[in-house]
Amino acid sequence: MSTNSEREVLVSVRHVDVSFDVGGKKKFVAVKDANFDIYKGETFAIVGESGSGKTTIGRAIIRINPCSAGEILFKGQRISGKISHKEDMDVIRNIQMIFQDPAASLNERATIEYCISEGLLNFHLYKDEADRIAKVDKALEDVGLLPEHKSRYPHEFSGGQRQRVGIARAMIMEPELIIADEPISALDVSIRAQVLNLMNKLKKEKNLTYLFIAHDLSVVRFIADRIAVIHLGRIVEIADSETLFQYPVHPYTVSLLSAVPMPDPIIEKNRTSIEYSADEKYEGQQEPVMREIRPGHFVFANDEEIVKYEERIKMLENLRK
Amino acid sequence: MNEDKKVILSAKDVEVKFRVREKYITAIRRVSLDLYEGETFAIVGESGSGKSVFTKTFTGMLESNGTISNGSIIFHDKDLVALKTEKDWEGIRGAKIATVFQDPMTSLNPIRTIGSQITEVIEKHQGINAEDAKKQAIDLMSRVGIPNAADRFDEYPFQYSGGMRQRIVIAIALSCHPEILICDEPTTALDVTIQAQIIQLIKDLQKELGFTTVYITHDLGVVAKVADRVGVMYGGQIIEYGNVDEIFYDPRHPYTWALLSSLPQLGVKGEDLFFITGTPPSLYNRIEGDSFAPRNPNALKIDFLKEPPFFRVTDTHYAKTWLLDPRAPKLEKPEVIRNLHEKIEEMTGKGGAFYVDEL
Repeated sequence: MSTNSEREVLVSVRHVDVSFDVGGKKKFVAVKDANFDIYKGETFAIVGESGSGKTTIGRAIIRINPCSAGEILFKGQRISGKISHKEDMDVIRNIQMIFQDPAASLNERATIEYCISEGLLNFHLYKDEADRIAKVDKALEDVGLLPEHKSRYPHEFSGGQRQRVGIARAMIMEPELIIADEPISALDVSIRAQVLNLMNKLKKEKNLTYLFIAHDLSVVRFIADRIAVIHLGRIVEIADSETLFQYPVHPYTVSLLSAVPMPDPIIEKNRTSIEYSADEKYEGQQEPVMREIRPGHFVFANDEEIVKYEERIKMLENLRK
Repeated sequence: MNEDKKVILSAKDVEVKFRVREKYITAIRRVSLDLYEGETFAIVGESGSGKSVFTKTFTGMLESNGTISNGSIIFHDKDLVALKTEKDWEGIRGAKIATVFQDPMTSLNPIRTIGSQITEVIEKHQGINAEDAKKQAIDLMSRVGIPNAADRFDEYPFQYSGGMRQRIVIAIALSCHPEILICDEPTTALDVTIQAQIIQLIKDLQKELGFTTVYITHDLGVVAKVADRVGVMYGGQIIEYGNVDEIFYDPRHPYTWALLSSLPQLGVKGEDLFFITGTPPSLYNRIEGDSFAPRNPNALKIDFLKEPPFFRVTDTHYAKTWLLDPRAPKLEKPEVIRNLHEKIEEMTGKGGAFYVDEL
C-alpha cells in the first residue's frame, strides 16, 4: 500500500464530525473525526455495528447529513457545507446510492422503467424518448435483467432481482462513486453471491469506486480492497483487507473478527468470542489519535497502546512467516 | 449412534397447504424428522424453503389459511396434528414447546412493562400468585444476563437495547420450562457481537436446563456454531440431514454443495463467487422429480422424472438425491468446498480467531 500516494484520490474525508440535535441544547456526535481517503477504482468498506455511524458517514458524503466539523472533498472540490446549486447537482449525479432493502427503496407504484429512469428524468440526461429507452435497456442489460422487465412493477421481482433494479437505477447516472449501504444484508445466501459478482463486474467494466457499508466482516473481506472499522462513531482501524484480517491490532477489530461465525463446525465449536467493552478504550490518560503502524495500516491509539499494538503486530508477523 | 437417545418429537410425512386466492400452495411436502432429547437441531434453508412453516406446525401457529393436510407429529404420545382448538393447545404451546422469534421488538408488547410480560406467562402457566411470579421473573431476568434485573423489572421494551430485548424474549420462552425451544432466526436482527452473546446464552441455558433446541437460520456460520445435527431444506422438503460435521465436510446433495459453495467467506478475491442460477421452484405447481434439478447443472435424467428417496450415507446421515444411487455416475463435490476446514483455518488461523488466540 506504499503506492497510495501515487493513486488518484476520489473522495477525501477530512476530520469530519457529524452531530445531531437531541432535544434542547444537547448534541449527539454520531461520527467523530472521520479522516480517510477513497482512491479511484477501489472498494472501500466501512464496517461496524448498528449505531456505529457507518451509514452516517455515507450520508455525509452525499450531503444528506451536514458535517458539523471538517470537510469532504470530491475530486479535490469541497462538497460539504454550503456549495452552489450546480455543484450540488453534480454531487447528486456523480455519487449514487444502493440501499439495503430493495423492496423499500423502490416505488412500488412505479414501473421498473420509471424507477430506473427517474434520475435521467430529473437531470434531463437524454436526447429524446428513444434515447431514454435505450439507456434503460442498457442499464437493465448491465445488471442481467431483460428489456421486457421494464413494464413490470417491483413486487413482481424476487429480492435479488429487485436489488439489481436498485443497482441499475444507480448505474444509469454513470456515477463515479457508488455508496452501497448494506446492499446484500437483506438477501439470501445464493443471491448475495450474484449481487456481489455483479458489483465486481460493473466495477471492472466502468472503473467504478465503491464505498461499501456493512456489518458483516466476512463478506467485506471478499469485496473490499480496504476496510475501515468503526466503533461508536470513531474509526479505530484502517487497513487493506488482507492486512486487516491477518494483522488486526485494535481490540475492537479483534473482537469483531472473533464474533463472525465461520461455516466450519470444528472451528466454531472450539472458539470463544472476545468481548470488547468501550471502557478499556483508553489505557493511560493520553487521548489516542490515528497512527500509521505499518504503511497504509492505521490504528487509533495513544503512546501506551501503540507499544502494545506494535508488539502484537510483530508477533503476528512472526507467526505468519 | 442415536439409538441411545430418546426421541422427543417425531414428525412423519408432514404436508402443509396454504390457500391463496383460490389456489393451494404446498409449502411443506411430506417432511419427516425425529428430534432427540437435549440436542440442537438446525434447519437451514433460504427464504421460502419452508423452514419456519414446518416448525410452526409443532406449536399450531400456522396462519389461518394454512392446514396440515397429511402426516403426524407425535409429542408425548399425542398427535399434535389432531389438536384443533386453542384449548387443545394449552399446556403445549408456550408450556412444553416455546418459540423465540426473529425480531424482539415485534414479539414484545411496546406499551407494557417488561416485568408484567414475563409474570403474565408465569402466572398463567404455573398458577402462582403475583409476588412469587415476580420473584421468578427477576430470577429469570438475571439468568438471561440482564444487569440490575430488579430495577429494570418495571421498564418498557423501548428502554432496552435490541440484544437485551431478545434476552427478555428468551426469558419469557423459558419461563415455563419448555422441553423444546424453537429459535426462529433469533439473532438475524442483531449485531454480530450481540449475536455471539445470545447464541452463547441459549447454549448455556440449554446445558443447564436440558431442553431440546430447534434452530432455524439461513446463516451457515451460526449453524456450524450451534448445531449437533443439521437438516437442509429446499422447496418445502428436508433434502439432506446429518450430524453437523457430516453436512459441512461430507455433504452429498447438490443443493447443499451449492449452498456451501456460494458462501462469501470462501470467495477468492478477483474471482467470481459461485452462485445458484434460476429461482426456487414454485410451490403452486406439482413438483416432478428432484425439486433442485432445474437449477442443478449436473442434474441426471432421472432427476426430472422421479422424486429421489432418502439414501443412507451413514447411520446418521441421509440425503435425498439420485447421485447416491449405486447406478448413478460418480460425482465429486465442487472444488471450492473440498478441504473446507483447512481452507477456513488457513484464512482465520488456528482456532478460528484470526490469529488472535495465539497471543
